[in-house]
Amino acid sequence: MFRLPALAPAVARAALRAVAAPGAAGARTAALSTGVPPAAGVGYPGAEEASFTTEFEFVDPETAFPMFQLMGPDGKFAVADDQRPAIAEDKELLLKMYKVMNTTQIMDTFMAKKQRQGAVSFIMTSYGEEATHVGSAAALTGDDVVYAQYRESGVLLWRGFSLDETMAQCFSTQADGGKGRQMPVHYGSKALNFQTISSPLATQIPQAAGAAYALKRSGKDAVAMTYFGDGAASEGDFHAALNFAATLECPALFFCRNNGYAISTPTKEQYRGDGIASRGPGYGIPTIRVDGNDVFAVYEAVARARTLAIEESRPVLIEAMSFRIGDHSSSDDSSRYRPDGERDKWAQVAPIPRLRSYIVERGWWSDDEDKELQDSLFADLMTAMRKALADKKPSLDEVFTDVYDELTPDLVAQEAELRVHLAKHGDKYDLGVFAPSTKA
Amino acid sequence: MLNICRSAARLSRTVESVRGMASITVREALNTAMDEELARDEKVILMGEEVGAYDGAYKISKGLHAKYGDERVQDTPITEYGFAGIAVGAAFAGMRPIVEFMTWNFAMQAIDHIVNSAGKTAYMAGGTIGVPIVFRGANGAAAGVAAQHSQCFAAWYSSVPGLKVVAPWDATDARGLLKAAVRDPNPVVILENEILYGESFEVDDAVLDKDFTLPIGKADVVVEGSDVTLVSFGKCVGYCVKAAEQLAADGISAEVINLRTIRPLDRDTILESVSKTHRLVTVEEGWPQSGVGSEILAAVVESDAFDQLDAPPERITGVDIPMPYAKSLEEMSLPQIADVVDAVHRVTARTL
Repeated sequence: MFRLPALAPAVARAALRAVAAPGAAGARTAALSTGVPPAAGVGYPGAEEASFTTEFEFVDPETAFPMFQLMGPDGKFAVADDQRPAIAEDKELLLKMYKVMNTTQIMDTFMAKKQRQGAVSFIMTSYGEEATHVGSAAALTGDDVVYAQYRESGVLLWRGFSLDETMAQCFSTQADGGKGRQMPVHYGSKALNFQTISSPLATQIPQAAGAAYALKRSGKDAVAMTYFGDGAASEGDFHAALNFAATLECPALFFCRNNGYAISTPTKEQYRGDGIASRGPGYGIPTIRVDGNDVFAVYEAVARARTLAIEESRPVLIEAMSFRIGDHSSSDDSSRYRPDGERDKWAQVAPIPRLRSYIVERGWWSDDEDKELQDSLFADLMTAMRKALADKKPSLDEVFTDVYDELTPDLVAQEAELRVHLAKHGDKYDLGVFAPSTKA
Repeated sequence: MLNICRSAARLSRTVESVRGMASITVREALNTAMDEELARDEKVILMGEEVGAYDGAYKISKGLHAKYGDERVQDTPITEYGFAGIAVGAAFAGMRPIVEFMTWNFAMQAIDHIVNSAGKTAYMAGGTIGVPIVFRGANGAAAGVAAQHSQCFAAWYSSVPGLKVVAPWDATDARGLLKAAVRDPNPVVILENEILYGESFEVDDAVLDKDFTLPIGKADVVVEGSDVTLVSFGKCVGYCVKAAEQLAADGISAEVINLRTIRPLDRDTILESVSKTHRLVTVEEGWPQSGVGSEILAAVVESDAFDQLDAPPERITGVDIPMPYAKSLEEMSLPQIADVVDAVHRVTARTL
């Protein structure tokens, strides 16, 4: 942890001994007398490793974190053939990635249309960010627990969440694991280790740090992975979480989808530093910036981060650069604040066409198969939606459950009042939409 | 006459030394309770500022870090907002955290995690995830710490479905409610009081048992009486008990109810008492508007006990101002025993 400049061991040891004693100036004069630059270590508890300087200069960085990329927007690798990642040869994995990315996109398109038609009240889409979902999800194991924000549906789909389950949630049917209590796209699945989406921004970040703390204590070979956007990273929760994860030494992966916008606020109004990546070193956290539209780079980053986090019990910060091609949500119209043509420009370098170029070039995929995939996904979505629309809403038995583990006397009384009310006025409601009660 | 003798005998319970009783402070009660729960279940952890090697800002966690180490008793960097969120995440992952806030005043910035992350998650997740977390700390006025350190949060937290809210008064309450809270699968808010930390109370052997708990959701009739019902929680229970002694000398028999739990509120005990005494005074340090007393009065008015009232009920609350610093002003801003006595005189002087 105590990093010294490259001094000869004897000098380094002498410097250390001098620094350990009060009066670190002794180390400086001693070092100066040998003609060697002063050893690090001013000795103050708050910054032990800092070195002395007599040159006054405000640190005001102008250089940005480099962005790690393996495959460029043209679908060609930016590295030599023998440097390609191992997964470049994994046809099965890449086809699964391609299919899940397409499922996310087509589901988004489908649900957006349904929202405008009034079938569902609210949706959010992830156009352009599909690689951040599958690239990261593919590098995690089922034991890793995910704390997402709301624009990571592909992670859940990768893990096995079905179209039926997504429809059940969006349409609040009795098949919804959340019993119809959440807004649409606020998915959750205990079985898939995906924490239920919570609307207040960034609250998932310290929760993930806490979950990572619990994982560390349990000795399990797993990390807590949390996703958040460039805007959410301004929240106090972000800073507390990173600071804690570092000081408590938790195996947490902090994955920022920097997609350029927080509703209508562009990143240049969200922060003045170098993105979110620049904050990691401030907390003592190893950090990497990657091309979020490059599924290979995202995979590599998450795989390596996971290993580091578990082996060294440290958090890692990953900033995945991307672009939010769609609106923030169905309540937003981004054409009001974004220049014409910007979205189209970014759509051309989006993850799906990028990966498609590669798998087609490898002979693993064809245009015909692409069309077939689109058609079958659309058909599957229609089937799933029709099923959800035909299904009943959760039973009225569930109105008062789960507030606590057991109903309190007040809730028992309120439920009794509801039943009395319905016995008297039931004909004024459409009670047939609810699944039947299982109570006597 | 007989009623007064009975209540006097009941009052003296707190004064005389009964054989087989120990005397411990509320601080010791909380400390031993946490010690026992940490020993009982390794999923229980304590997190907060200064709870570790410093033994706690108010020494409530004294000795616990030395005994259980960093793994179980964890000092946190300074952000209530942050460590409340972290503890909730740990609870989601199966741990049973006790989060200590130096004061509930500082925890105001954590209210999002307490309400939105802890209180509502079980419901929103369809019961698939529980949040077995305890948030505890000093609530309400201490002495001379002014506006930003003196607010009572009972009313705010008690309105949230999904949270349980308890407020211990004496050492029995402190032990029983904290141990019950740790064992409860729901998120529990414990509103303690800094002034009470140092106060000693008699406890019998049963209370010192390592499995002693009190039921959350049940109020306690501390003093039986027949002429007026005094309902309170926390420090004000002690004022009500002293007021009852003074009132006994005036020939008024006051029944004192210690709520112990603010949510879920034990309405039955309150209504039963009011039906018996026909008069009600509530006492709290918090602000008047939408306070705990409002809820109690509403509960009475909405029930059959309304017909039993012989006088309009009264609330005694803190004055409707941010707490001033000067001692003389602070005294004027908080309920005193004399206020309780005066209120009882008013409600008992009225006849229909």
